[in-house]
Amino acid sequence: MPELISRQQLTREQRRQRRRGSWTDAFSRQNILSTLLTGYLPILVALLVIVLPLAWMILSSFKPPSEIVTLNPTLLPQDPTLSNYGDVARRVPLLTVLGNSIYVTLIGSTVKVLLAITTAYALVYIRVPGANLIFLGILVALMVPPEVSMLPNFLTISALGGRDTLWGIILPGLGTAFGTFLLRQHFKALPKELFEAAELDGAGHFRKLFQIAVPVSLPAIATVALVTVVNEWNSFLWPLIIIDSPEKMTLPVGLNLLQSIEAQTGSYGILMAGAVLVIVPMLIVFAALQRYIVAGLTQGAVK
Amino acid sequence: MRSTTSSADDDGAADQQNPGPTEQELEANRRKARRRAKSRNWTLFLLFAGPNILLILAFIYYPLLSNMYYSTLDWRLGSATATSVGLQNYVDFFTSSSGVEVWRVTGIFTAGAVLGSMILGLLIALVINKKIPGRTAARTAVFSPYVLSGVGVALVWNFIFDPHRGALSHVLAAFGMSSPQWYLDEDWALFMVIIVYVWKNLGYCAVVFLAGLQSIPKDLLESATIDRAGPARRFFSIVLPLLTPTVFFLFVTNIIFSMTNAFDILRTMTPTGHGTNTIIFEIYLQSFGAYQRAGYSASIAVVLFFTLFLITAVQLRFVERKVHYA
Repeated sequence: MPELISRQQLTREQRRQRRRGSWTDAFSRQNILSTLLTGYLPILVALLVIVLPLAWMILSSFKPPSEIVTLNPTLLPQDPTLSNYGDVARRVPLLTVLGNSIYVTLIGSTVKVLLAITTAYALVYIRVPGANLIFLGILVALMVPPEVSMLPNFLTISALGGRDTLWGIILPGLGTAFGTFLLRQHFKALPKELFEAAELDGAGHFRKLFQIAVPVSLPAIATVALVTVVNEWNSFLWPLIIIDSPEKMTLPVGLNLLQSIEAQTGSYGILMAGAVLVIVPMLIVFAALQRYIVAGLTQGAVK
Repeated sequence: MRSTTSSADDDGAADQQNPGPTEQELEANRRKARRRAKSRNWTLFLLFAGPNILLILAFIYYPLLSNMYYSTLDWRLGSATATSVGLQNYVDFFTSSSGVEVWRVTGIFTAGAVLGSMILGLLIALVINKKIPGRTAARTAVFSPYVLSGVGVALVWNFIFDPHRGALSHVLAAFGMSSPQWYLDEDWALFMVIIVYVWKNLGYCAVVFLAGLQSIPKDLLESATIDRAGPARRFFSIVLPLLTPTVFFLFVTNIIFSMTNAFDILRTMTPTGHGTNTIIFEIYLQSFGAYQRAGYSASIAVVLFFTLFLITAVQLRFVERKVHYA
């Protein structure tokens, strides 16, 4: 078989020539040009559209007012200053508002994740008649946007004395349909053999949940936790209607107040500093843990 | 031998003398045990799932029902008295000029938001789908607006769209154009919030489309290339048909999202809602805005719920079954 030449049969010189051939092909002018035009140029345009507004926000937050109102704006601040951030703190109780946001996000997410874990476990592993019906009820709840329940919840929480309190912000959102749904799907897919040894040892449901189901499901739980954190941090409508005093506001509501103070003067530097405070923490969380967040938010789409 | 037979006989005799009660007792015991296990299961189930179920009942289901009651009232928020008006609020919402205006705005916003984010999302997905270095970073960047605070995003775009100081007005001025009155003109305002919503949302579409694109078998595309099908032909004859399940999924979820997720952008960019009062914004404006018409607002919330219910039902009934790999 003379036509079948194996790699070993090639002389070293021939091999070198082949390699050089593919090298020069890959870096031929035409190939580079087409990669740039069809690959990088569109990506670059897309990235500019996404990144430029955010870069504009961050850079403007360091600009003094004279660079905001100018007719010849520059991308980079010529005379960078932190005064905008100081002005935000002078108009709203910034540290309190930041603390409220962190408090509401952490407490709310922790409780929601715990409830989601236990509910999903019960739906999959504790056999009771009608469990499927309860699951269906949770699926319908998943569909109801918070705006629909806003008015009755406002009356309920007001009646309970929760107006203008942090627990009043947290309480109505604690029931979790999304996390329950996601973790139920995950628990259902766990192999039965995982639990068999523990059952022979006579382990109860608490041990089976916390010593077996939870440890093997950490990525799914992380997904639920991160999506919940993002939603709690960004939540706007409910805190907006239930909170009146600046000392109890979360960041988005505080920014809303800031905007109504600054709207007439158009001091965009201050508003950009405020926007940075609410946007950048989530950008960092997302950049670090995007795999889990994207998986959670596109759940159902990517099967 | 003898003793055993006799004992067996004795047993038999005992069984014959008293056969029913033992059997019944055993059965009763078994049933009791089963009932006890079942009630223990219920106790455990409620211990695990009860708090969540209670919260969902109290803050999602109870509001649905009480909205239906409130929607039959002429009632101002904070007022102690209310008069029953039957279905008048619904009639108003579907026939009054302000109600019809809400439907018009919702329709335009939804159409613009869905088409804009799906078309741009697909284009971006096609670009990112190429095997070039840095595409993971590109994917992350494109998705990121989706997880950012709508209020923060709206503040940034408020600055960009400002007709006098905004970046956009400087760009337009460079081309010799003057900026539209984004905030005063109601049509431009609607266009503006659609742009911002699409900007925030297209990364979601891009990532879902990307997953769809990557599930298309490579050999199909390769054999098409060998048959000398150009890129356009390959896209329309292979990629798009195989992408139909993704397209329909995104179409439905985007309709739902654009009807429910846009509140923070709308409220921050156009606080009074002239020209941008979509159905979700109108629920807020009617009860917590200047009018405080709680009963009317509740009727809009009920209509929104049933609209979403209908869309979801249609998706589950038809789209999921029939469109897969059409």
